[in-house]
Amino acid sequence: MKLTESKLIALARGFFIAAAVLALWLPVGHLLLPADSALHVSAFWLTLIGKFMCFAILALAMDLIWGFGGILSLGQGLFFALGGYAFGMYLMREIGLDGVYKSPLPDFMVFLDWKAYPWYWAFTEHFAYALALVVLVPGVIAFLFGYLAFRSRIKGVYFSIITQALTFAAMLAFFRNDMGFGGNNGFTDFKRILGFSITSGGMRVVLYSLSIAALVGCYFLCRKLIASRYGQVLTAVRDGESRLMFLGYRTLHFKLFAWTLAAVMSGIAGALYVPQVGIINPSEMSPAQSIEVAIWTAVGGRATLIGPILGAFTVNAAKSYFTVAFPQLWLFFLGAIFIGVTLFLPRGIAGLWQKLIERARANA
Amino acid sequence: MNASNLIESVHLGTPEGVAHAGVIGSHVLQPNTLDTSHRVILYLEDITVEFDGFRALNKLSLTVDRGELRCIIGPNGAGKTTMMDVITGKTRPDSGSAFFGQTIDLLRTTETEIAVLGIGRKFQKPTVFENHTVLQNLALAQKGNRGLWECLWSKPTAEELHQRDEIAKLIRLQEVLSRRAGDLSHGQKQWLEIGMLLMQDPALILLDEPVAGMTDAETERTAELILTLKERHSLIVVEHDMDFVAQLASKVTVLHEGSVLAEGSLADVQNNERVIEVYLGR
Repeated sequence: MKLTESKLIALARGFFIAAAVLALWLPVGHLLLPADSALHVSAFWLTLIGKFMCFAILALAMDLIWGFGGILSLGQGLFFALGGYAFGMYLMREIGLDGVYKSPLPDFMVFLDWKAYPWYWAFTEHFAYALALVVLVPGVIAFLFGYLAFRSRIKGVYFSIITQALTFAAMLAFFRNDMGFGGNNGFTDFKRILGFSITSGGMRVVLYSLSIAALVGCYFLCRKLIASRYGQVLTAVRDGESRLMFLGYRTLHFKLFAWTLAAVMSGIAGALYVPQVGIINPSEMSPAQSIEVAIWTAVGGRATLIGPILGAFTVNAAKSYFTVAFPQLWLFFLGAIFIGVTLFLPRGIAGLWQKLIERARANA
Repeated sequence: MNASNLIESVHLGTPEGVAHAGVIGSHVLQPNTLDTSHRVILYLEDITVEFDGFRALNKLSLTVDRGELRCIIGPNGAGKTTMMDVITGKTRPDSGSAFFGQTIDLLRTTETEIAVLGIGRKFQKPTVFENHTVLQNLALAQKGNRGLWECLWSKPTAEELHQRDEIAKLIRLQEVLSRRAGDLSHGQKQWLEIGMLLMQDPALILLDEPVAGMTDAETERTAELILTLKERHSLIVVEHDMDFVAQLASKVTVLHEGSVLAEGSLADVQNNERVIEVYLGR
């Protein structure tokens, strides 16, 4: 059978429709079907896919700055974790007196013999304030860091190394117990959001749906941005920054905007991730985590928006399988994927797709 | 700009003392505005540039009039590129003065400011944005607001779209507007680069070897393009290709060892004994 262009497009359309139907089916199958039904969706699957949605948002943020802006961040996990910790503070407050020590303070603070919340925990019991922190903490930190780095004209591999060092330093800081963020155990044993049980089916479906909504929202926001004149300038920064400066553009502003927006998107992804997986700890800030985000993006295909989303799903699905089936082999497999993609699919899954389309066109 | 009108409005609008401060003779000095009321757009006087004892420019003096097309020729090392660097603010001379119009001191102006004030330069190697289409390249270079906010929200005006169209026609790329600039031929890239310069509507255009590496047909086409530009812009063209210079039929300045050796029509300078001596090494 020869694959013509129209067949290929029909194939892709079928794939996306199937994915959308499946994504919408999961919550229905979880809530409405009895547990012994063959089509029942377990909480495991619902939260697993919800988690992937959060990773996809992270990959999308990465694509905005790396794929379009040419800024390779190897510390995007930091902003993801900061968003997660910001919302985690609220989740810890919601535990109330139900902790192991029956204290109004989180268990780890009781363990440290603290008598009151430190000042930066003030107001975190308010849901709206926690949401504001989710956006503001990654946003402000990214803005300050980006301003200093871009103003000093730090770019390329130097920028990547500094972001890597930044997330590593933050991880070490969060490991310390007296930071007041639970040390290496982080936050866990969450009970409620707005008074509703976090493990109830309804809450799981709400979190899952919010993750989809956030992914779709971020996708269309990025698409609109890329299509605008701003998007043209951003890709020109990637391809010829000095030429663009010579044309009179202040590239600092353009880079800083994408960089800060990507950090905010990552923070939102982290905040949705934490209640679904039920834990946040400093390992989310480990350099390896951030490098994985770059791999998802590269596997999916940079500067395509849809590619990195597919990349995040593909690599994480492989990870879920491998870490159960062959736990020792996962890192080798990840390395092999990255080498394979770099050598044979420099433009990732999306690039492979474009190649197929072009071949079909040439044969037509 | 009508000078006497301006003086009048200044007299009416402000106290006497302030009004006189800005007036010298019959002129109102307006900072950062191009003033070519004396017809001259570029003055270079006694410019000397020394690199580690080597005099790249040696008391070079040159004036170019508004609307003029001037070709600069000279053997390698004559100082042609250094002269362009001085005009665009890339190199600062050791002595001498350089003015853009009557009032803008090029030696006190930064490279970016000079570009914004209206001197556009095309380098030898085309530096178009290869992953952008022809039209996107023109749009990026378009004169107008380059702020982040405007780029996020503003839509191009009808006038701007019209200008893109006009320039695309002028550089004969209107058929390939949606092609990736990286897929253009060498000659087309050079034209696109000239088009990007024109989008900024500079008063003075500097072209550094615009036909290097072009086919004969492309060279001829480029000469036609430059001749159409002459009506609206002043141009300085540095070129080695004598046939091309002959097609432009403009005033020619011969540089040698950092100063002007001869000036005049191409036929004049070709018959000039000192020029023959320098070129043929007699």
